[in-house]
Amino acid sequence: MRKVLLESLDSLFAAIAAKNTLYIPVDTNGGAKFEKWQEGKKLSNALHTTKSPKDFFFPQSECLMKFKTEGKNIEIIDTRSESEDFAIFGVRACDARAFKVLDNVFLKEPVDTYYQNRREHGIIISLACDRPAETCFCGTFDIDAANPDGDIVCYKTESALYLDAKTEKGQGLLAAVEAATEPAEASEIDAAKQQITERLNRLPLADLKSDAFGAGKTDTYFNAPEWKELSEACLGCGTCTFVCPTCQCYDIKDFNTGHGVIRHRCWDSCMYSEFTKMSAGQPRLTQLERFRQRFMHKLVYYPENNDGLFSCVGCGRCVSKCPIGMNIVKVMKKLGGSVND
Amino acid sequence: MQEITREQLIAKAKELLDKGTVNRVLGWKRGEFDWDITPALFESAEELDRDFVWNDFCGANFSKYLIAETKKQPPVTDKPVLVFLKPCDTYSFNQLLTEHRFERDKVYAVGIPCSGMADINKIRDVADGVVSVKSEGENLVVETLYDGTKTLPFADMLAERCAVCKSKKHVAYDELLGEDGELLDSNRFDEVEKLERMTPDERFAFWQNELSRCIRCNACRDVCPACTCEKCVFDNPQSGVENKAAANSFEEKMFHIIRAFHVAGRCTDCGECSRVCPQHIPLHLLNRKFIKDINSFYGDYQAGAEVGSRAPLVDYTTDDLEPSEATKWEDTNA
Amino acid sequence: MTDIKEPLMPAIGVVTDIRIDTPDVKTFRVVTPDGKKPFEHIPGQCAMLSVPGVGEGMFSITSSPTNEEFMEFSIKKCGCVTEWLHSMEVGQQITIRGPYGNGFPVDTVFAGKDLLFIAGGIGLAPLRSVINYCRHYRDRYGKIDIVYGSRSKADLVDYNEIITEWIGDTNIDVHLTIDREQPEWDGHVGFVPNYVKELGFDTNKVAVLCGPPIMIKFTLAGLIELGFEKTQIYTTLEMRMKCGIGKCGRCNVGSKYVCKDGPVFSFDKLDELPDEY
Repeated sequence: MRKVLLESLDSLFAAIAAKNTLYIPVDTNGGAKFEKWQEGKKLSNALHTTKSPKDFFFPQSECLMKFKTEGKNIEIIDTRSESEDFAIFGVRACDARAFKVLDNVFLKEPVDTYYQNRREHGIIISLACDRPAETCFCGTFDIDAANPDGDIVCYKTESALYLDAKTEKGQGLLAAVEAATEPAEASEIDAAKQQITERLNRLPLADLKSDAFGAGKTDTYFNAPEWKELSEACLGCGTCTFVCPTCQCYDIKDFNTGHGVIRHRCWDSCMYSEFTKMSAGQPRLTQLERFRQRFMHKLVYYPENNDGLFSCVGCGRCVSKCPIGMNIVKVMKKLGGSVND
Repeated sequence: MQEITREQLIAKAKELLDKGTVNRVLGWKRGEFDWDITPALFESAEELDRDFVWNDFCGANFSKYLIAETKKQPPVTDKPVLVFLKPCDTYSFNQLLTEHRFERDKVYAVGIPCSGMADINKIRDVADGVVSVKSEGENLVVETLYDGTKTLPFADMLAERCAVCKSKKHVAYDELLGEDGELLDSNRFDEVEKLERMTPDERFAFWQNELSRCIRCNACRDVCPACTCEKCVFDNPQSGVENKAAANSFEEKMFHIIRAFHVAGRCTDCGECSRVCPQHIPLHLLNRKFIKDINSFYGDYQAGAEVGSRAPLVDYTTDDLEPSEATKWEDTNA
Repeated sequence: MTDIKEPLMPAIGVVTDIRIDTPDVKTFRVVTPDGKKPFEHIPGQCAMLSVPGVGEGMFSITSSPTNEEFMEFSIKKCGCVTEWLHSMEVGQQITIRGPYGNGFPVDTVFAGKDLLFIAGGIGLAPLRSVINYCRHYRDRYGKIDIVYGSRSKADLVDYNEIITEWIGDTNIDVHLTIDREQPEWDGHVGFVPNYVKELGFDTNKVAVLCGPPIMIKFTLAGLIELGFEKTQIYTTLEMRMKCGIGKCGRCNVGSKYVCKDGPVFSFDKLDELPDEY
């Protein structure tokens, strides 16, 4: 384990940035956001970025390829380039787990090579949550914000930032920036971890249970009458989907620039009415059905395909961002019945 | 602090349900916290007692919900739906009636006074881990996870749209609870004037920065009471602008600019667009610029102030400002 | 499944032949620029075809895997991409990627069995591949019955192939029907579900259904009435798809992705899914 005094944080960032492009959460008018570190950028104190870091591996919009057409002929232009190594500092436990949720989708055969390329080159430097928010419920999904996943896991105390390399990638990076850090004992963060655990236990949503959900529960919930009430006010916007660290639905669209065609991929939402629309019909005609799909996917379908892992990580972004105050916590409490009373 | 209490609203709702004036109530439903409130339908006294809430976070404007609500099939629509409308909501209500978006007799509107709504984001800026927010006189008492109990002046925590409230007067209702207020001489155009004073480059940079955060969630459009097209151009694959994510920075701006044009002259300045934006983009400033310009070019006009009014942009008169004069006006006032 | 290294990256396909099947269905023959079949597939699998600038769409491969020279797609005009495809001329390049989906269990469940194919309208397209595959390996299967119906004679897809090749083939019975009487038609008249009941098949066989939802619904009921088990009846689903590899989320029904886990399902498996297809 290594540490760096908080007043010297900039020198650590400079050392990492000298080796890899470094992104850290900084404050903007729209809340915290990951930005490329450079001299003068200050680490945000916010718990979460407004948008999750899934952008780094699965960007909101990306060019998949280009086409040139001439007469009857088509030329396909592969626009991909090997990603450079980059490090993301300040990833929270929920968001770090979300990468695993995304990996299960994108790295499953047939592998999504666009995602894989970036994933292989990304180093995750996670940061334990010294101040989990009132909207947090990662514990519901067996995520321990005192022990996040990551290549390097960091803890912040009053005076210092502690860095613990967990993977080969992490060890490599930590070794490379050794000069900017000093040695530390694991016991120095015991108190900090202890405090995080106590804080997690005191959170208003600490009692939310996921036990009532998981694989094999389709019949239990699919036709539940509660969906009507839960979805009644849903605007069908994509806010929950787009701030969600695990939502991974996408659209592929062609865009004619006038000088050729760009085929790009962009985030899509099962909440949108066009999502499943075909010329031949529409299997989900109502917002109730679309709303249900999003939550059934997170709480039942995904676990069914992924050894029981839920595709919600309890980050709470939807809890604070939904325009009508509807969210997965309310869905679980309403549907899960007595478990969450 | 709101003038009227939750209990008064529930009593009114129960009375109207009992009398059979209405058979359902469109109101605010309590959430996990004081601030995550959901628009909901209440059909019984029990539901009202259990879940109805009225506090400083009941900002949602219900007018747009009336479109779907009144289109439901009988027996749901055999009787009117009760809707509680704050003064600003009544403008959207009238505007929707002007546009024939719902049938007036299918709704029973109860006007309620509003002291302005709090902005949870402003509270979060000064209080870490907001567990509860209660009104006490002129203050909000905020229980937090990490900052103990904080007492914050309500006036400082008001949502921007409420801090520059244009009207405490209801322009539509079947019945009024409490006293009706007055039109206010608000300074809501101050921010627009600030933008007007910028150089074009500065202004471009301002919007570039703000709109670059847009994630195209469409929440602004979906919540907007003026956005009631059955098929939005941005949902139409044939339109060529249907992309969910911006293909480039031009398109990013185009979405908001097109939307601002589409609602120009019809936008009542209810401010829902900015309330719901997850990226805190001050979208209302685009619409307010239109309102301000319409006022200066054609004389004061407030969309939704009355039902059936001819909006200046759809009402040609020979005295209308020529486009060239408008440009001149802009130049001399820049 | 075939190893797909770059799943979203298509290859170029050249349209070498366009056959007008019905007033709104054309069959396109596609090869690689050097004249070969684009890739190997299993009957019932699909491919993603696209016209750059217009869009991509998932289509059943209607030619049999036993065809070594080219691939064929019978496509009904019903949207943006298909309209463009219908306006193409021979020699036009398109893009193609695949194969996608599970395909029919031709070498397991179907092997050694009597087979009953039931199709309505464009629903014959996905079955053509499996029918021709079974005809090619004729000795691996028992008796083959084909019930096929359309609105009118002109709307029967692959009519020429049916008349010249399928009818009269060893141990194959083809039962054609059209919805309404018309001149120059001395065959059966009536809807497919009723015709199936009239024909009254024995249940010692595997049935494969493909067609419009209403036809599927009533034919399925008819087969159950005849004593078929749902495990014996297969169909192939149509859903909106974008990626073809079980990731974009559009064709997700329950825990299944139609593009990857389907499009071929037996009805007992479909019963396990929520009713959203």
